[in-house]
Amino acid sequence: MKHTKNSMNDKKFYSRPAIGTIVLALSFLLLAGSLVLAVSVGAANIAFYDVWKAVFSYNHSREADQIIMSLRLPREIGAAVVGAAFAVSGAIMQGMTKNPLADPGLLGLNAGASLGLAVAFSYVSNTNYFTIMIFSFIGAGIGAVLVFGISSMKRGGMTPLRITLAGAAVTALLSSLGEGIALLNKLSQSIAFWTAGGVSGTTWAQLKIVAPTVFIGILIAIIFSRSLTILSFGEDVAKGLGQRTLLTRIILMAVVLILAGAAVSLVGAIAFVGLFIPHIVRFLVGTDYRWIIPCSAVLGSVFMVLADTAARMINPPFETPMGAIVAVLGIPFFLYLARKGRMLT
Amino acid sequence: MNQKKLKRTGMIISITAILLLIAFIISVATGFASMSPLRLVNTLLGQGTPKEELILFTFRLPRILVTILAGVGLAISGAILQSITRNPLADPGILGINAGAGLAVVFFVMIFGSGAGTYIYILPLFALCGGMITAIIIYLLSFKKGEGIDPGRMLLVGVGLSTAISGAILTLASKIAREDYDFFANWMAGRIWGDDWVFVLALLPWLLLLLPLVYRKSNVLNTMSLNENLSIGLGVKVEKERYILLLIAVALAASAVSVSGGIAFVGLMAPHIARSLVGPRHQLYLPVAAMLGAILLLIADTIGRVLLDPSGIPAGVIVSIIGAPYFMYLMAKK
Repeated sequence: MKHTKNSMNDKKFYSRPAIGTIVLALSFLLLAGSLVLAVSVGAANIAFYDVWKAVFSYNHSREADQIIMSLRLPREIGAAVVGAAFAVSGAIMQGMTKNPLADPGLLGLNAGASLGLAVAFSYVSNTNYFTIMIFSFIGAGIGAVLVFGISSMKRGGMTPLRITLAGAAVTALLSSLGEGIALLNKLSQSIAFWTAGGVSGTTWAQLKIVAPTVFIGILIAIIFSRSLTILSFGEDVAKGLGQRTLLTRIILMAVVLILAGAAVSLVGAIAFVGLFIPHIVRFLVGTDYRWIIPCSAVLGSVFMVLADTAARMINPPFETPMGAIVAVLGIPFFLYLARKGRMLT
Repeated sequence: MNQKKLKRTGMIISITAILLLIAFIISVATGFASMSPLRLVNTLLGQGTPKEELILFTFRLPRILVTILAGVGLAISGAILQSITRNPLADPGILGINAGAGLAVVFFVMIFGSGAGTYIYILPLFALCGGMITAIIIYLLSFKKGEGIDPGRMLLVGVGLSTAISGAILTLASKIAREDYDFFANWMAGRIWGDDWVFVLALLPWLLLLLPLVYRKSNVLNTMSLNENLSIGLGVKVEKERYILLLIAVALAASAVSVSGGIAFVGLMAPHIARSLVGPRHQLYLPVAAMLGAILLLIADTIGRVLLDPSGIPAGVIVSIIGAPYFMYLMAKK
């Protein structure tokens, strides 16, 4: 226990507004650049100029315009939205639990959302996208309540090792429940298709629901980012500074659920994005969540757009599953964190 | 140890044995062709009708034996892992062995298809290799120069790796043919599928070989589960022993999973319950854990068969529904 105490004390608060501004501005530029790149490359290459024309003076008769507006643009916007959602929910969870390994994929939220999908597909007649998303939220909520409920029962929170194990157990439970339900209704592969499909099937109709949801979620997160920073110092400090910690926690948890649920309903359970984007951001801009949250959102978007582009480019015209790419990129980072120590005490 | 405690332990061991016997009888009796205990004894003694013999010896018995053996393997594997990591939450499924074996099964189905006739007997081998290779990778990745293997770090690495492998499995699995997918999904969900004498014979040597070995190492396990420095002080070659025991645990779990499908939590629950019943001495608690593992899996399989006849809910799903709350209770308590 002594070891944790030390590591808590030497974790100083530092904020770098100047660097934060630069990072934020650069990531926005990067996002714009990667979106243009993502939309123009693919099985059919389209010149930058045509992309511009397609977006700002859409002509129904041009084939390139149709590919862009009905296939590629919704897909890449979907990737951006999902990346932002995963990254911000990971950042919030890491701040709230003071746990560097927190990630919606590792802590059972994604498995819960997948269970919600299975239930929605199996027992709800005429599923529209909105119902599916609601079920996703509820599922993610169940996962979160289980993991965080357990960890808050113990005074002083839990070590990263224990909370990760709790996440693994909850994931095992929820995914086997989901698998069981899917098997009973002979829907197993449809759901696998849905969850493994990445962003390829994203439509404007889905985006109209998911994008505003994610946007509002991130906005609330930004509004509460100051409280989150204080919360990340620990419960005692936050209380001492006059925070209403319970209320803040509830609101932030709700944001996490909304973000993770919305993202899973669009792309399925993708782990690790919420883990490593906030870490990179924290390395750049410091421990102030007023900067971490917006920067995570934008960099998460950039990452997912590029990952999806890579998924399409590795072996065209076939698509390499995005979940696999993210896992391949994410696992070294996870290993780095796990090996760094400090996690085990 | 005083006389009273020894007597109590003896009683617990015999009660567990009786429970296992009851679970066995119930499991034989349930199903779409039921068989009363009396007929069971008669059939076992060779006085059953041909139909009864067919049901018992061709369908029920191999499946039940596979279930029992797998339960024993998983429970002992979990017990070893919990002792050498000194972490009560360790479980072979959490260590990534199920995920690794699952990945191998996907590859198998992609190569041979699920209706593969005689090829199906190679499947356990595939799963075994998958589980073993994953375990070795986890071991190598959690090795740190100068520090060796930290058991806690190994668990973390296992969780991370199995999350990544699960992602890969999901994406691969969505690409295989429909009828193959159902087979695979059932495997992942932990349906006892190896219900043939061949699989009993495939599993038995592992247990016959490894269980006595583990039992002989009871004292090493006793000291290791206490404290690392103490074990070194008592002359236990910690690194070497840990390496051997880890290998045994992986072999037990991977061979069990290879015929039973992806089953988690048995390796978590059985050792725990056993420890709370007879205390932490491995000489006493390993046998109890083994029997409890068998009982748990047998009951789960039977419940699954009763709930949804004839295809059944996979035993792994039932075990998770029982096991996860238990796990949460453990986390909240300690």
